[in-house]
Amino acid sequence: MIQDIGTLIWKELREVFLHRGNMRGGLWSTLIYLGLLGVFMPIQTGRGWLSEPFLPLIWSWLPVLLALSVVTDAFAGERERHTLETLLASRLTDQTILFGKIAAAVVYAWGIGVAGFLLAAVTINVAFPEGGLIFYSLETFFIVLSLSFLATLLISVIGVMVSLRSETTRQAYQRVSIVLMALIFLPVLASQLLPADVVGRVMIRLSGLNLRTLLLGAIGVLLVVDAVLLGVAVKTFRRNELVMLIS
Amino acid sequence: MNGTAIQTLNLTRQFGSLKAVDGMTFEVPAGTVFGFLGPNGSGKTTTIRLLLGLLKPTAGSARVLGFDVASQPDRVREQCGALLEHTGLYERLTALDNLHFYGRVWHLSAEERDRRIQKLLTDLDLWDRRHEVVGTWSRGMKQKLAVARALLHQPRLVFLDEPTAGLDPVASAALREDLENLVHEQGLTVFLTTHNLAEAEKLCDLVAVIRAGQVLMVGSPDELRLRAGSPQLEVVGRGFSEMLLASLRARPEVRSLELRDHHLTIALSDGVDTAPLVQEIIAAGVQVDEVRKGKASLEEVFLTMMEEQQ
Repeated sequence: MIQDIGTLIWKELREVFLHRGNMRGGLWSTLIYLGLLGVFMPIQTGRGWLSEPFLPLIWSWLPVLLALSVVTDAFAGERERHTLETLLASRLTDQTILFGKIAAAVVYAWGIGVAGFLLAAVTINVAFPEGGLIFYSLETFFIVLSLSFLATLLISVIGVMVSLRSETTRQAYQRVSIVLMALIFLPVLASQLLPADVVGRVMIRLSGLNLRTLLLGAIGVLLVVDAVLLGVAVKTFRRNELVMLIS
Repeated sequence: MNGTAIQTLNLTRQFGSLKAVDGMTFEVPAGTVFGFLGPNGSGKTTTIRLLLGLLKPTAGSARVLGFDVASQPDRVREQCGALLEHTGLYERLTALDNLHFYGRVWHLSAEERDRRIQKLLTDLDLWDRRHEVVGTWSRGMKQKLAVARALLHQPRLVFLDEPTAGLDPVASAALREDLENLVHEQGLTVFLTTHNLAEAEKLCDLVAVIRAGQVLMVGSPDELRLRAGSPQLEVVGRGFSEMLLASLRARPEVRSLELRDHHLTIALSDGVDTAPLVQEIIAAGVQVDEVRKGKASLEEVFLTMMEEQQ
């Protein structure tokens, strides 16, 4: 199964980087993200990028956007390009296809994210060499990578589930965007709708926690949500239903 | 290869009130090219999807290479290759990438992949263009590449769903020839759906004619001609009078006749002597250019069967 997932990742990455038949499409978007995350933002913030945990944390969501473009194409794109039925007629099992599609999005997006954070460290040390070599604290690096991994996994699983039931990539993208907006604005909306004393109590509880505890809690919550969603995706993946959607 | 490659028993698939496949029972002996003939919408593609375990039967059963398609679909797909309704090629990738991907999917080693890819692409005259992106290719080339992909892992059974559909006559003939060579060289079982009767006649050992999800007849092309067709006499000339045609129609050995653009086609009973007929036509003053005796083509048999069903 691992070998088959690797094969699917190989194919998906080749398709992403060879978009429109040449290296430009996929390569340019990768370079733009790397330039933004690994050069532009660190130069704007200076050595604080490596010494203040907040700065890389704020940008740890960036890979989610990269995953979005890959994952919405996962099944809807194959259906649109008439390649899905041949893939389903191969010896790959349901779980292999599902995990392969999710893994490809995560490897692509999170891989660029990790490369961006490492490039940022190089940029800081080259652009601001005074004070000697510097790197993220191990704790910050672990939290940043874990959060970006779990957030990317979350959007990848949601994206694959939406893509499975969408007729076109565009439809899948629109639907995932709505889910993404809901994820972002739901806490804001909830704070508006909940009684003020409840919101106040929550804020007091949260302010009593230190950043480290909050982030580890967020990692724990994401871990559970990802596991539940993966389970739901496995349960709801039906090869027969997918074939029925193929014209 | 001995035995039976495909065996169906009352195989049925219903979509709402529509029975796309309606109680099909047939057997495909291993090592044969089995043609599945039917007009558009007759259930050919649904049958392939059922046999590959991509759809579950509503009723009945099917075994492919000994595996039940409903309970062991993964085992069935492990053993088969398929060129379905669409080529299924990744058009942003090169021909080599497409084949390497499916070679990896079927766990071929790197050396085996290289060897098979080189052989198939050379056989199909695509080797020199292996580094080109498939999206830029003609439909005929894409079909050939899809055939190569279906045969890459040397499956025991391959499904080809209208492999020459949409190709011009030259490309169709070339692909048919390539298919014929590859199939006989590898000795595999082929399940071929088509509504191109010349293709079925050239490639198939056995043919099933289907309509509205039901099998009407199964046999070799010759058997079908014998069972559903009849010997015929074709006379090309000028001056066929209504009286002559009426006289010919009245003869007991004449089953039917049709005059179209100086071509008179007479369907005959089996084993009749045609000389008296020709004599009568000449005696009636017809200026005869050509006389041909022959059997009905598979196409005529097919059309007759479709008309009878309607």
